[in-house]
Amino acid sequence: MADAVHIPDEAETRAKWGGFAFNKANKKTADMYVARYPAGRQQSAVMALLDLAQRQVGEETKTQGWLPVPVIEYVAAYLGMPYMRAYEVATFYTMYNLAPVGRFHVQVCGTTPCMLRGSDDVMAACKNRGLVKGGTTPDGLFTLTEVECLGACANAPMVQINDDNFEDLTYDSMSALLDALANDKPVKIGPQIDRQTSCPEGGPTTLKEMVKANHDYRKDW
Amino acid sequence: MSLQDKDRIFTNVHGFQPWNLKAAQKRGDWDKTANLLKIGQDEIIERIKASGLRGRGGAGFPTGMKWSFMPKAPTPERPNFLVINADESEPGSCKDREIIRHDPHKLIEGALVAGFAMRARAAYIYIRGEFIYEAKVLEAAVAEAYAAGLIGKNACKSGYDFDVFVHRGAGAYICGEETAMIESLEGKKGQPRLKPPFPAGAGLYGCPTTVNNVESISVAPTILRRGPEWFASFGNPNNAGTKLFQISGHVNTPCVVEEAMSIPFRELIEKHAGGIRGGWDNLLAVIPGGSSVPLVPAAQIMDAPMDFDGLKALGSGLGTAAVIVMDKSTDIVRAISRLSYFYKHESCGQCTPCREGTGWMWRVMERLREGNADVSEIDTLFQVTKQVEGHTICALGDAAAWPIQGLIRHFRPEIERRIAEHGGMLEAAE
Repeated sequence: MADAVHIPDEAETRAKWGGFAFNKANKKTADMYVARYPAGRQQSAVMALLDLAQRQVGEETKTQGWLPVPVIEYVAAYLGMPYMRAYEVATFYTMYNLAPVGRFHVQVCGTTPCMLRGSDDVMAACKNRGLVKGGTTPDGLFTLTEVECLGACANAPMVQINDDNFEDLTYDSMSALLDALANDKPVKIGPQIDRQTSCPEGGPTTLKEMVKANHDYRKDW
Repeated sequence: MSLQDKDRIFTNVHGFQPWNLKAAQKRGDWDKTANLLKIGQDEIIERIKASGLRGRGGAGFPTGMKWSFMPKAPTPERPNFLVINADESEPGSCKDREIIRHDPHKLIEGALVAGFAMRARAAYIYIRGEFIYEAKVLEAAVAEAYAAGLIGKNACKSGYDFDVFVHRGAGAYICGEETAMIESLEGKKGQPRLKPPFPAGAGLYGCPTTVNNVESISVAPTILRRGPEWFASFGNPNNAGTKLFQISGHVNTPCVVEEAMSIPFRELIEKHAGGIRGGWDNLLAVIPGGSSVPLVPAAQIMDAPMDFDGLKALGSGLGTAAVIVMDKSTDIVRAISRLSYFYKHESCGQCTPCREGTGWMWRVMERLREGNADVSEIDTLFQVTKQVEGHTICALGDAAAWPIQGLIRHFRPEIERRIAEHGGMLEAAE
């Protein structure tokens, strides 16, 4: 799986996060997730709760969030499962950050479909701005990770930054995007060229009636 | 003749219109769904069988037959479950994302129809973790459907109780494998289970379970409304229906588009993707079905039918119909080596041939890329891929082996050229 990360100092982390608990809103959400599974199967909710906990840590640290060991322990206890079972899950899946990240987690897709469309340029734009793969910039703003296929291949190359996708990138648009984020300027989510989602650039080749109105094709059946 | 707009199932695939319930109903979703359920459980399965629908997740197993494996008389202590595979992570694939963010009600209605047919108590939709916006849309669409009484107790006033739950993944390609998905749903690491027992016998929580792809489920209501003959009228025999093709790589306008099965490759690209970058003479090779299938060189793919059997005849496969196009500017060895890295990264670590083999194959591929190897190593690599293939619990080992086999089969001279240019392997320092 992912390359091993340096897990922060245990005593310091424990002092800071030992008292972690879901806030009121997140507790409600957590219980809603648990209710999705049959009685006695609450372990099924561990992935959702780890994600929720990571987001809460993110809110408290103004970053994307990460999972300190005491927080994983809290989630395991919340679901009545052994800590090790929760830790296994946290280490197996790549979306759980086991070490602190910056305010913007820049995840550049480097898998073949993006590579063919120029993910090297996107990566270069990050590097030229001082981002280092696997590291966080000294100002705590950006963490750069190369990730595997994020499932937006018809809009390659793309990056995911925290919860948002930015697609159809070039060296220039990626540089502009990083500048905008660093300066708290508004950014456009989705394709960075003039294009509707995964529709061909220049306009649809099919279902053209849909562009203007919610067309009902059933009358032609 | 190519597919007409009236025969396209996913009319909002590009999201020009809202995804919400009201807009979806205007497009024809949730239209008297109770009448579809009145067809009867066994008859729905028969009609899906008659439509010729084959699973859209890659393997192409007949969907109706899969449904028929489920027990006909589940008990309350041991209910049937439907699990919908929205863990779309195969490099090249981006169709389920479009269905979920732009036409989620097709999926939810399909879940009810399919779940009813297989006598399931509930459906879990396992959506990949990175689809954050898509999961929000799906959650909201499910809430809309509950509020309108379309799912839940007495779904669509049919007298049938059926729940739909969304479960988010957290970034593991392997969870797209059906038994790994079940493990993950149970709150564990996503490591595949040995089969048998098959999920239809003992799946989620030990109960009978069927795992289906998003697209297979989403097309079911339309097939029932328009009749199995309608669906079967598209495509070559045994390759029926319409299909979302996802075209990426070196074409002029990459896109996702619904077309009839068996459409010739050239027509698909010319009509929707604006042709090959630099013209047809510039085409090098195509991976026609997502990263797991072997590549096909330009000359063989140009006029090939894009369907299960047509691509199998070329030693490749339709997979998820994720068409990755590579022109002559491509470093083909690097392109495949990058896929090897992907499989190394995504191996769950359970079976030794895959855990060790994917890393080994990637390292050799990186040396071949530079030519820093001996010609005999090409054969060694091929032989190792054969030792990984078929010797693991799940198909990830096979999926890691096939792209390399395809490369060696079709581009051996290119690898040999690099080795010759490099002057063979560098001697290890004394």
